[in-house]
Amino acid sequence: MISIENVTKRYGQFTAVDDVSFVAESGKVTGFLGPNGAGKSTTMRIMVGLTPPDAGTARIGGHRYREIPNPARHVGVLLDASAQHAGRTGREVLRLSADTMGVGGSRVEEMLTLVGLNETEAKRRIRNYSLGMRQRLGIANALLGDPSVLVLDEPVNGLDPAGIHWMRGLLRNFAGRGGTVLLSSHLLHEVEMIADELIVIGRGKIVAQGTRAELLQTAGTYVKGLDATALAGALQSSGIHASPSGDGGFRCEVEPVEVGRAAARAGVVLVELKPAEGAGLEEMFLQLTADDAREPVAPAAAEGGLTA
Amino acid sequence: MSATVPTAPTTLDLSSTPRVPFARLVKVELRKTYDTRAGVWLLGITSFLALAVMVLVLIIVLVQDDKLTLDDLVGVANFITGFLLPVLGIMLVTSEWSQRTAMVTFTLEAHRGRVVSAKLVAGLLLALIVSLIATVSAFVVNGIYAVVHGGADWHFGLLAFLGFLLTQVFSMLTGFAFATLLLNTAAAIVVYFGYKFLIPTIFAIAAQYLGWFEKVQPWVDFGQAQSPLFDASMGGKDWAYLAVTGVVWLAVPVALGMWRILRAELK
Repeated sequence: MISIENVTKRYGQFTAVDDVSFVAESGKVTGFLGPNGAGKSTTMRIMVGLTPPDAGTARIGGHRYREIPNPARHVGVLLDASAQHAGRTGREVLRLSADTMGVGGSRVEEMLTLVGLNETEAKRRIRNYSLGMRQRLGIANALLGDPSVLVLDEPVNGLDPAGIHWMRGLLRNFAGRGGTVLLSSHLLHEVEMIADELIVIGRGKIVAQGTRAELLQTAGTYVKGLDATALAGALQSSGIHASPSGDGGFRCEVEPVEVGRAAARAGVVLVELKPAEGAGLEEMFLQLTADDAREPVAPAAAEGGLTA
Repeated sequence: MSATVPTAPTTLDLSSTPRVPFARLVKVELRKTYDTRAGVWLLGITSFLALAVMVLVLIIVLVQDDKLTLDDLVGVANFITGFLLPVLGIMLVTSEWSQRTAMVTFTLEAHRGRVVSAKLVAGLLLALIVSLIATVSAFVVNGIYAVVHGGADWHFGLLAFLGFLLTQVFSMLTGFAFATLLLNTAAAIVVYFGYKFLIPTIFAIAAQYLGWFEKVQPWVDFGQAQSPLFDASMGGKDWAYLAVTGVVWLAVPVALGMWRILRAELK
């Protein structure tokens, strides 16, 4: 179990992590979701003692990382798959870690097999590895000490769909045996596929947390009429609060049937009427991303883009 | 948002995992020096150059019908290795930063001081091994000289040899010290060779033009303080010079570097 309590990290004026608290429970895969630069990596580095926080504490299984003797036997860490010596072979990277941890060479071979790196790939130097192969090697390195906690920063990045499927199976299995998994991602659909619990971070602050079901199934309705102004009027006269979604449609916080009745009463033609499933999280996440994006994100593009 | 209180807090049972033994850390650090092409090339070139220069000396001596002693050859071999040992000491430290492996190294052993100490011990061991190999090679070359020339000088000054070993260790340590301070391979190498070749000149000029500097120089000139080691002529005052200059050029940079490494944020 990982618990973060009131962790804050500042860089000059900029607050990278702002009073963040959360718990990643054992037996579950917890997704740490947020746009680039939201503070995910900083928080994870603080967890494993690579970055000193300005305030707050991070504990893994009740201990500060530094207090855990031979930590890799308890906590598997993958923070940056590319942070490996380009001139070493994949097998040599694992060998160095295995020697440090004091696990045998046979464990290295087991892990290579587990992550699907074959003999030729294991002998290749890291500089010739694709990002997907580096991620697999990083996972092998994290699992080498047979830990009960995994801290993985963007582990799915660079994996092909089959790789993502494989990772999902691997992590679910790990959590199923009682292990704790915390993995970060900046892609909602990636995390959605793998994680049971979600923690959403934006601009250094936790903006949402809960189970996947809780966060993705917000009550509400998406409605779009032939004439947006007429629809807005109809909703207003029925006392339904509606917020424009930017593409001519509206989001309402009531059931679709009530929106339908309101439209029927006013004789407004609807072109779309559906439960706004997952819209809450999606919208919030998009907003977080849009704030930091270099080009403005068109709401219409966002509509289908994130869940696709 | 406030923290959710866990219903069943699980804790890690640490009783069955002792911390990583220091010897194992040293072993891993030694392995890191030769498991990359850069490491293999560095060690290979060092051995090749040391041998090549000894052979060159041998040929010149034989052609000119000059005199050659074992002590000369030991000196030549260790002079060459003395150039590359500091680079080895530098790379032990800086490659973790340039290749960003420090992130992995310091998650495997969170006590960074232990890792840096293990690197230091690995560097010392390598300096000794390299010096011993260089010295053995000198014996071999002297043997060849004996065969070709019909007899050779086999005098081997043990004290001078120990002095040699010490200078080898010091040169490795100086590289190591600059590396911990700068954490950058290129910068550390440049600064090291600047120290090795520019500082003596600057000191010599300073001593000539600044009268007071002549008195200060023995207390700050690490290179000069080491020179009596070569002919085993160390007196009481020389040891004092060596100790003080050693503090200036080794202990201070290592202490500052260590302070920096312990506090550094790894990204």
